Amino acid sequence: MQPSNSCFSAPLSESPDVKSPADLKGGKEQLDRLLKKHGLNDPIWVQYGRWIGEISQGNLGWSETAKTTVLEAIQKRFLATAELTLWAIGPLIFLALWMGVAAAVRHNSWQDQFLRFFTVIGTSLPSFVLGLFLLMLFYGVLYKHLPPLFEGWFLPQRLSDWANAVVQDQTRFTQWTGMMTVDAILNGQWRIFWDALGHIILPILGLSFANWAYLQRVMRSSMLETLRQDYVRTARAKGLAEKTVISKHAQRNAMILVATLVGFTVVGLLGGLIITETIFNYPGLGSWTARAAVQLDIPAVLGYVLFTTTLLLITNLIVDLLYVIIDPRVRLT
Amino acid sequence: MREQPFESPLLVESIKPNPFLDFVRCVFSNIREVLSKLLKNPLSATGLIILLGFVLVALAAPWLAPPSERHLDSYMIPQDGFSPTPKPPSAQHLFGTTERQYDIFYGLVWGTRTAFKIGFVVLFFTLIVGIILGALSGYFGGWIDELLMRMTEIFIAFPSLVATMVLVTILGKGLDKIIIAFVVFGWMTYARLIRGNILQIKENTYIEAARAAGATATRIIFRHLVPNAIFPVVVVASLDIGTVVLGAAALSFLGLGAPEGYSDWGQMISYALNWILGTHNDRLAYWYTIFFPGLMISLFVLAWNFLGDAFRDIFDPRLRGSR
Repeated sequence: MQPSNSCFSAPLSESPDVKSPADLKGGKEQLDRLLKKHGLNDPIWVQYGRWIGEISQGNLGWSETAKTTVLEAIQKRFLATAELTLWAIGPLIFLALWMGVAAAVRHNSWQDQFLRFFTVIGTSLPSFVLGLFLLMLFYGVLYKHLPPLFEGWFLPQRLSDWANAVVQDQTRFTQWTGMMTVDAILNGQWRIFWDALGHIILPILGLSFANWAYLQRVMRSSMLETLRQDYVRTARAKGLAEKTVISKHAQRNAMILVATLVGFTVVGLLGGLIITETIFNYPGLGSWTARAAVQLDIPAVLGYVLFTTTLLLITNLIVDLLYVIIDPRVRLT
Repeated sequence: MREQPFESPLLVESIKPNPFLDFVRCVFSNIREVLSKLLKNPLSATGLIILLGFVLVALAAPWLAPPSERHLDSYMIPQDGFSPTPKPPSAQHLFGTTERQYDIFYGLVWGTRTAFKIGFVVLFFTLIVGIILGALSGYFGGWIDELLMRMTEIFIAFPSLVATMVLVTILGKGLDKIIIAFVVFGWMTYARLIRGNILQIKENTYIEAARAAGATATRIIFRHLVPNAIFPVVVVASLDIGTVVLGAAALSFLGLGAPEGYSDWGQMISYALNWILGTHNDRLAYWYTIFFPGLMISLFVLAWNFLGDAFRDIFDPRLRGSR
């Protein structure tokens, strides 16, 4: 009987020290024995049930590409990725919303056209092309001409060699969070913070450009629509200052539409991470998943999907809660 | 005066049953109107012109970059020697050569054909899957609808890049595998759109009439409902060609796509990966390895984005004039 080839046997793939070398030798009987041992001959729903059982106990299986368990690998890499995402998302959202409003208020002015030019480029430039262009310009050309203050900036990886040596030395540096920039501040090591920031800046640029462009466009069109509403005209008619009309009446209403998209932006960032981290050789979740997928490390990919989906659910929940702050008509009951 | 024999519309219909012609007529009558609107908008006109350029390049590929006679497959890029270092643009190689001396110009010209091929094949099959599932779901409703829509949601839940990546790896590398992966994870939006349209259309009296006249479910779906529901979905789907080509290029870039030396934009960019930093003296020494392929993909996506924006303006009256 052909074994049903199923990805749900993933958590049952054990670490190499459990698999004895004898398992790999032997003929058909040995194979049958192995199939039986891992339950690969069972119908797929039985395997699925077993998989759910293992997952709920936190056993995500063994990742061949990371050479540890999937859970551990995710824990280790997520912090690197989280550092990247957190640095990217704040400025990205702030700039997108601010520029979106500015462009809508100065509709069809030169500022608007200028921003539109960049958003069009942002949505059309594939992330891998943008990443390579960035590397070429910053790492290739600028790196040689940097003032001494910026020494070590724009390099791939997370830290320069000297900083890495300090970070690995446990007597001089405690890794509280695993996020280099945060740890450096907590340890009072400002040079390491500066170094980490320099290493992270290119991936941030590569990651956020497309998302910024998209969010800016949505904010702009949302704002344009709000500015034509009757209540905005009323606010202007009763003699409010234009600044108040825009920031209090129009902007806050335009934000309601955009808030949902912020959740999607997080997902977009996570998707973009796969390409961006690969290009910039950044040791995070994305580059690991890319490697795992190419090498068919199925437990790793399943773990990644499970993890990002959970993250997405949490983000959506946060966005839903944010509605209460943005839109006073929405109440938690 | 001779009395005309009574002809019921349903009877006439059954004499010349050619749903395909009807469909083509329906699309083309709409296209003329849409085209005139698109040409008036400067952005979409630019997009159309760029796309026309790409179509011309794809059609004229055998003349622009004549394949050498030794090659059996004209999509394989000719190699001029085997030196690992890229060579700058010259009269012989307009855009220079990549590592291992693949001609960039040739690869890009024939890569345009590859891009269109991927785009249209994926478009065709995703539409078929989407239309069939969406139509079944919308027409029958009930548990079929429930089942198909939950299935759709499950497919949407996967991050698309990861999902396609895994599927391509399981199936084995290759452009055909990329196409399969994009069909498997690409039909969901269209199924939902078709379903929504059909839910609306099925309330019309002519559907009731068809049912009263004894038409079978298959006939009602594919003769009455789908031709009426299909046009907006075809438009939305064809605007996604840019995204599909981009995704395929990303997979090719990660090394999951075309075989070594095949004309494919994503692969051309992956050839540039090792040459980003240039030489010690001239950091931009190998700019052409990334610049031309990058420009090509970006222009292609840009053109589709322009078109997509204009379409949204045309079809969404709320946004009209807000640009």
